[in-house]
Amino acid sequence: MIGAVAGRFPVPVRRMAPARTLTVVVALTLAVLALLVIAVGTGDYPISPGDVVRTLLGQGDSATEFVVETLRLPRALTGILAGAALGAAGAIFQSIARNPLGSPDIIGFTAGSAAAAVFEITVIGGGTVAIAAGSTVGGLITALLVYGLAWRRGVSGYRLVLIGIGISAMLEATVNYLLTRGKIEDVQAASVWLTGSLNGRGWEHVWPTLVCLAVLFPLTTVLQRDLRMIEMGDEGAKALGVAVERSRLMNLLVGTLLTAVATAACGPVTFVALAAPQIARRLTAATGPGVMTAALTGAVLMLAGDVLAQRLFPSTPLPVGVLTGALGGLYLMWLLAQEARRNRA
Amino acid sequence: MTRLLGERLTLSYDDRTVAADLDVTIPDGSFTVVVGPNACGKSTMLRALARMIKPRQGQVLLDGQAISSLPSKEVARRLGLLPQSSIAPDAITVADLVARGRYPHQGLLRQWSKDDEAAVSSAMAATRVGDLAERAVDELSGGQRQRVWLAMALAQETPLLLLDEPTTFLDITHQIEVLDLCAELHEDQGRTLVAVLHDLNHACRYGTHLIAMRDGAIVAEGDPQEIVDAELVEAVFGLRCTVIADPETGTPLVVPAARRR
Repeated sequence: MIGAVAGRFPVPVRRMAPARTLTVVVALTLAVLALLVIAVGTGDYPISPGDVVRTLLGQGDSATEFVVETLRLPRALTGILAGAALGAAGAIFQSIARNPLGSPDIIGFTAGSAAAAVFEITVIGGGTVAIAAGSTVGGLITALLVYGLAWRRGVSGYRLVLIGIGISAMLEATVNYLLTRGKIEDVQAASVWLTGSLNGRGWEHVWPTLVCLAVLFPLTTVLQRDLRMIEMGDEGAKALGVAVERSRLMNLLVGTLLTAVATAACGPVTFVALAAPQIARRLTAATGPGVMTAALTGAVLMLAGDVLAQRLFPSTPLPVGVLTGALGGLYLMWLLAQEARRNRA
Repeated sequence: MTRLLGERLTLSYDDRTVAADLDVTIPDGSFTVVVGPNACGKSTMLRALARMIKPRQGQVLLDGQAISSLPSKEVARRLGLLPQSSIAPDAITVADLVARGRYPHQGLLRQWSKDDEAAVSSAMAATRVGDLAERAVDELSGGQRQRVWLAMALAQETPLLLLDEPTTFLDITHQIEVLDLCAELHEDQGRTLVAVLHDLNHACRYGTHLIAMRDGAIVAEGDPQEIVDAELVEAVFGLRCTVIADPETGTPLVVPAARRR
C-alpha cells in the first residue's frame, strides 16, 4: 500500500557513518591520556613520561609509585571523571533548554548545592564528607523544587530556565548572607569550596565517582535517543511516539545526578558544563545532544584546567575553579557575541 | 467501523472551552479537509485526534481502542501528525531529519534497518527532496522545508496522516505544490489524510470530504461538491458570496461578494 510512487526511482539513502564523530572521539580519548601523563608526570617531583607509563603499568620504583598512585593519579582521575560528568550533564541541560546557555545552573542545582555546602561549613561545621553529602542533597532538593514549580501540565524549557534563575538568585542571596555571618576561617573554607578544587583528592573520591558514573553513563546513552527527538519540539516528538514528559523528566534527573556526582567530587567547578557540549558540537558538526563527545571534552577541559592551574604559578597553585571561571567568562562573552551576530543575520 | 473518530469530545485550554460534545468521524481512505473561521476549534480538534491534547470529556478511538490507552509509539506507527511548527535541530541534514520519522519503528535493539532505508528513500522520492538529501535544513526555502517535514511524516509510514495547516506561511506556488503532493499521497498510496486548511477554495478542490466548523461545532460535512454553496459559506464564515464551478476542476469556487456595486 505504501511505497515508492510509481514512475519515480527511490532516492538511495546512506545512513551517514559518523566518521567525523568517530575521529573526534579517538582524538579526545588520546588527549585525555596525554593530559593524564602530563598531570601525573609534572610538579615538584618530575617524572618522565616513560616512567609514568611504566609506573601506571605497575613496574615503577616505590618512590615514584607513591607519588603517582597516592598523590597525583587519584587527583587526575577525579578530574577526568568529574569533567566527564559535567560535560555530559551540560549536554543534557542544553538540549532540554534548547539553548547553548543551558547548564546545571538553569535548574538551580549549583545554587542549591552551594547554599547547602556553605550552610554546612559556616553553621554546622561538618567535615569533607558531610559537605559533599549536604551539597548533593541541597542541589537535588533545589532541582526538584524548580522542576515542581515549572510544572504546568508539562514542563517547557523556557519556564524551567526562568524559574531556575529566580530560585538561584534567592539562594545566592542566602549564600552571601551566610558568608557575612560566618567565622572568618569558615568563610575562607567555604570560599575555596565554592570555587571548586581538586586539591587533595584521593582514591576515596575516585571510587564512588567511578561507580556512580558506571551506572549513569549507560543511562544517558539510552535516554539520549529520546532527547534528540525532543529537540524537534514537544509536538513533533510526541507525534513520533516519544513519551516527551517522561523522557524529559528522566533526562533532567540523570543530568542532575551527574552534576551532583561531580560537585561532590570537586565542588561547583564552573564553565565545564557550559562549554564542553558546545566545543564538542563544533568539533563533530553533528546534531543531537552528543552526550558522549561532550563528556570526553569535559574530561579534557577539567584535566587541562587543573594542570594549568597547578603549574601556571608553581609557587601558588590555584584551585581549578578559578581558571575555569576565568576562561568561562571569556567563553560566555564570545558565545553571546556569536548569538547576537546570528540573530542579526 | 472507521479507523479514527472522536466521541463526544469536550476540548479546552485551561478554563476556556473550545468545543463541547463534539462527534467527529474521519472516513477511511478520504482526504478530509477541515475548514472554519479563526478560533473555531479546527486545529484543536485535529490535535485532539492526534492525542496532542487530552479531551476533558469524551474519547478519541483509533481502530476501536481509546487512543489514550495505547502506547504512544504504537499510535505513531498508525497515525502521523505534521504539527503547525516544528524545530529543525541545528545543522541537521535533510536525510537525517527524514530518517527521524522512523523513530516509532525502531527500538533499543532494533536500530537502523533495510525497512527504514526503503521508507526514507521512498518518502524523499515522493516529496522530491532527494536532491537536497545532504543539505542542511536551515538553508532551505520555506516550500522546500515544508516538503522535508512532509517527507519525515511520510517516512513514518502511517496509514493515517494528519496535517495542521500545512500551507500556512507558503506562497501560492508552494501551497499548490504541497497540496498536489497531498492529493498524490492520497490517491497513489491510499493513505487517509486529514488537513486543516484556511483557503476554502483549496479545501473544495483537494478535499474528498469536507468538515466545516464554527464555534467548536461541526456545521456541515460531506463531499464539498454536494455541500458547499453560498448559504453554507455565509453560515460558517459570515461571508456573503457567490459559488461558481472552478473552471479547472468543476469543484465549488467561492467568490466573495463585492463591497458595493
